[in-house]
Amino acid sequence: MTSAQDSAPPAIQITGLNKWYGLLQVLHDVNLTVTQGERLVICGPSGSGKSTLIRTVNALEGFQSGEIKVAGLRLTREPAVVEEIRRRVGMVFQQFNLFPHLTVLENCALPLRLVRGLSAAEARDRTMHYLSKVRIPEQAAKYPAQLSGGQQQRVAIARAVAMQPEVMLFDEPTSALDPEMVKEVLDVMVALADEGMTMAVVTHEMGFARQVADRVIFMDAGRIVEQGPPTTFFTAPRSDRTKAFLRQVLH
Amino acid sequence: MHYKDNIAYPPLLSRPTVYLPVLAAVFAALWWFRAGDGALGRLVLGLVPGAEGDALNLATAACVTMLVGFNIFVVMRLPLRQQVWLVWAELAALILLFFYSFDLSFAFIQRKIGFLITQGLVTTLYISAVSIVIATVLALIGAIAKLSSNGIAQGIAHFYTSLFRGLPLLMQIYMIYLGLPQLGYVVDAVPTGIAALSLCYGAYMTEIFRAGIESIPKGQWEAARALGMRPVSVMTRIILPQSMRVIIPPTGNQFISMLKDSSLVSVVGVWELMYLARTQGQTEFRHIEMMVTASLIYWLMSIVLELAQKRIETHFNKAATR
Repeated sequence: MTSAQDSAPPAIQITGLNKWYGLLQVLHDVNLTVTQGERLVICGPSGSGKSTLIRTVNALEGFQSGEIKVAGLRLTREPAVVEEIRRRVGMVFQQFNLFPHLTVLENCALPLRLVRGLSAAEARDRTMHYLSKVRIPEQAAKYPAQLSGGQQQRVAIARAVAMQPEVMLFDEPTSALDPEMVKEVLDVMVALADEGMTMAVVTHEMGFARQVADRVIFMDAGRIVEQGPPTTFFTAPRSDRTKAFLRQVLH
Repeated sequence: MHYKDNIAYPPLLSRPTVYLPVLAAVFAALWWFRAGDGALGRLVLGLVPGAEGDALNLATAACVTMLVGFNIFVVMRLPLRQQVWLVWAELAALILLFFYSFDLSFAFIQRKIGFLITQGLVTTLYISAVSIVIATVLALIGAIAKLSSNGIAQGIAHFYTSLFRGLPLLMQIYMIYLGLPQLGYVVDAVPTGIAALSLCYGAYMTEIFRAGIESIPKGQWEAARALGMRPVSVMTRIILPQSMRVIIPPTGNQFISMLKDSSLVSVVGVWELMYLARTQGQTEFRHIEMMVTASLIYWLMSIVLELAQKRIETHFNKAATR
């Protein structure tokens, strides 16, 4: 741990977070603590603010009031702080966002060299290690457009994890995939969870939540409506909105 | 072919319903514009001696139409690539024949072409090449300024593109060559030309670069930033290489256009290709010889640029086409 406190600070600590787009308030007084090693799943209807919430953590979105700390470091708008936080936080996007003009190998190795200062050889070795982990080392020389959606998303995961972040954020990682490719991506995420990675996952994959999550959060209209371990969350939801949402996604 | 289609449409010109009307239109145009009155008519006179007036016009239209029809019939039976090359070569031959019909003195051209190349072409290439480099740099700075959050930079960039796209290039040359000395700054002719061309084309290319950069989805920027890459790295390693695919075709246009606009620099007495073509021809009243020669040199140079553009496009397309 970077801090010398008695107990390690939480991986993510969000207090009193409010965000507006103009007059529209998209996050209402959100409080959320993700402990080290915790696997958090965030679900909710579209427009509920779940993507916006995790995008505020690495400053892809700003916010008007409240506080975010990543491993004890308070997020401000100062370049040095934002860059440090982005080094601690990895992110996987719904649309993969691989760099189409670079090969799979270059996609992973370029940020390792530019951000982590690795040599070309070190970056290649580390990339190949993580490509093996997502089980596509043989695709290293290909361009993203030559891969299936599932393969592209696995490369995107390898690219983020190779940076060795303390926390991984997933923004609907399987929503843009064909059904038969969802599993290969979820399998990689399960393996990552089993290794003890701290994860915050925005997803509609309730099977994944059941299998992996320590805690499930349900958001609606910019608020955290309900949260709990998956067993109670799925079997005994308290709020009507959670029940209605679960009815829709589970059947 | 850019968009592949697996339906085997018969080639348009192989259908009588298209082929015959096309020929009819060719015939009608030739007849209407009285092709028989000119050089084509004189050629046809060899086939129908003694014809004149309307009869000759009709015969000429008929002969040329048959020639076109036969040509289409033959070309249609070749593979695509050969079709393209053959049609290109035929049209080029027609243009050269057109020039040839001017009854040019090739002895005069031979005498002057050396100087036209060593002095004129070299100066034109020098001015254009330097201007291309400076304009590209200006365009990159201008585009980034326009997309920045810096109000001063945006203001300068907006004014710059507005002024230098809005004023005639000729006026820009005069402003630098004749206007600046009013303030006590004398600029030589060649630097004037380079400055005016760079500023003018830099302004057009600023818009090309801006549109190219904006064509890259935001997710690319976000992903690179989320990985911790610095803004300059994101621009140079992620955004610009991808936007090159969009930027290069119109930029190639600009370069070809600049090559020929460099002739405007002759108004301040630079001995570039067009200036020499005019002055060398004047002395012996052989204007057309020099104009045709200079034109063909311009055309050859722009063909070289076209080929270069194609190669660069292929390079930046490689990730997308695999």
